[in-house]
Amino acid sequence: MATGPRKQFSRRAWLTAASGTAASGLVMTRFDAVKATVQEVPAQSVDPTRVPGRFVSEVGRRAPGEQPRRLVRTLALSSSSRTPLQDLQGTITPSDLHFERHHAGVPDIVAEEHELLVHGMVERPMVFRMSDLRRYPQASRICFIECSGNGGGAYNRNRMPTAISPQQLDGLLSTSEWTGVMLSTILREVGVRPGASWILAEGRDAAVMARSVPLDKAMDDSMLAYGQNGEAIRPEQGYPVRLLLPGWEGNAQVKWLRRIEVSDRPTMTRDETSRYTDPLKDGTARQFSFVMDAKSIITFPSYPYVLPDRGWWEIEGLAWTGRGRITRVEVSTDGGRSWADAVLQPPILSKSTVRFRHLWNWDGRDTVILSRATDETGYVQPTVQQLWDARGEGTSYHHNHQRAWKVASDGSVTFGLGDLV
Amino acid sequence: MNRPVVGMLAAVLAACTPDAPATPAASDATGPGGEAVAAMPAGAPEQFGFGAHASEDRIARWDIDVKPDGEGLPPGSGSVEEGRRVYELSCMQCHGPTGTEGPNDRLVVAGDWEQWPPGRAFGAFWPYATTFFDYTRRAMPQLTPGTMSDDEVYAVVAYVLHLNGLLAADAVLDAESLAAIEMPARDRFVPDDRAGGPEIR
Repeated sequence: MATGPRKQFSRRAWLTAASGTAASGLVMTRFDAVKATVQEVPAQSVDPTRVPGRFVSEVGRRAPGEQPRRLVRTLALSSSSRTPLQDLQGTITPSDLHFERHHAGVPDIVAEEHELLVHGMVERPMVFRMSDLRRYPQASRICFIECSGNGGGAYNRNRMPTAISPQQLDGLLSTSEWTGVMLSTILREVGVRPGASWILAEGRDAAVMARSVPLDKAMDDSMLAYGQNGEAIRPEQGYPVRLLLPGWEGNAQVKWLRRIEVSDRPTMTRDETSRYTDPLKDGTARQFSFVMDAKSIITFPSYPYVLPDRGWWEIEGLAWTGRGRITRVEVSTDGGRSWADAVLQPPILSKSTVRFRHLWNWDGRDTVILSRATDETGYVQPTVQQLWDARGEGTSYHHNHQRAWKVASDGSVTFGLGDLV
Repeated sequence: MNRPVVGMLAAVLAACTPDAPATPAASDATGPGGEAVAAMPAGAPEQFGFGAHASEDRIARWDIDVKPDGEGLPPGSGSVEEGRRVYELSCMQCHGPTGTEGPNDRLVVAGDWEQWPPGRAFGAFWPYATTFFDYTRRAMPQLTPGTMSDDEVYAVVAYVLHLNGLLAADAVLDAESLAAIEMPARDRFVPDDRAGGPEIR
């Protein structure tokens, strides 16, 4: 397969700036180094066929030359860090690179002492310890989690960025295999009373983060997840247990879950009223807009990559929809005048990211490349103009419009949406 | 009952009658690849009996949420004047002398009430005053959350309402009067009206 050699080549010859900017402080050295010259690769000091290798070890580590990093926004209690989308392959996000969004920091929780209280409109109010939850019939599924504020950096027509990477723009997106107990199993155990229609999910962090969720979602595909990519869920993702709502905005998938109250109405918490709602152009604010509409982004070529030569390149990226399966991704290499179907890499899973690829013979001229996703409901990822027309320009959430990259004749790649609006 | 969500509630209620089985939809239970398997294997008992009964006292310790009709509001009260002292001691450092200066979230709307979108200040973009009590009690002050008494929370909510021009300077707030407050943004909020399919909305 061509991908292997090309990737090898890429590490040596591309001017790959690592994900960050100077703001992160973590990757500045690498970033600065590769901006002006070919990326430095650790020297091969010895011939590996002439010296014995290292012994086995209890915990593995990444190759020294492969050090992707999250991009930290600020060191504050309410902050975020972003997944380096342009550095990753396939669809699964390594757990230590899963994006973070916390409202009051990451709590330290001892799983053996953690309890989940389920009460309200139930026949049997109960407290579950982690050993109880793990004893129930188990389920696993692969799905994305995306912060509904993702992509907000490219929605304001007066501040359309150019020097912005996929990580900086859309890095509040990650995909994992989640394992746990279906929430419907626990609600069956406590016995939901007739007339109930909502649950309140509440976390054990210093914000005691709380969101209301309709009961039909809770009974459908929601999960109490305690596993992530084959191991215990990471503290940053909600250890020891989080609410998983496949396809819905990340904020509602409450981490460090300690309480579920079954109710007949929503609580109207801060994060479902003054936050995570969409002020629309008609003067209303859309509330409980949980489902993430179809979206895609090209992750290569993208800023800050530089194409060293014209000729054959494989455009690749990610597509996802909270409504189910992605059925089609189209790529344009001429600024949106013509479109071609990209190849979708199986498995194409419901409410998960899908990797798409499109082979491109670049003629070396300036151009703009784009992608647009279609999902099984017939929804086509809109242009930013279409979203502005539908919603106005005042919302800080749910920015699923098409992304574009400008490829210049010198091979430099920058965010290109500003050239199209 | 909360007007903005009536439509949604009706839909949810219809989907959750007592007859509805407490298992995932078949479409998501049987798909290929990495999707969830059926939650309940054949032969599973009605109840497994794992977990422990939660007593009233146990529930009361954690049941802190407050709903817009006032359900969940504790006994107690606080005045605007008391709230000023609480604010200056516990809130001003992050929210500024008048609730507008930051560095953290703006609490007081200043200027044009008809501006849209109005930012996120309490006075401008919070549909329920009960939410402000709920959030303050659960999450504030940021560095010492959960340390204010219920009376102090009533007081500081009263003071911030006053700063927003929504409560008189000599007012006292308790469960009944807090739940009765109509916020200016009250009727702005509408439930998600995206209907699915190709429509961009």
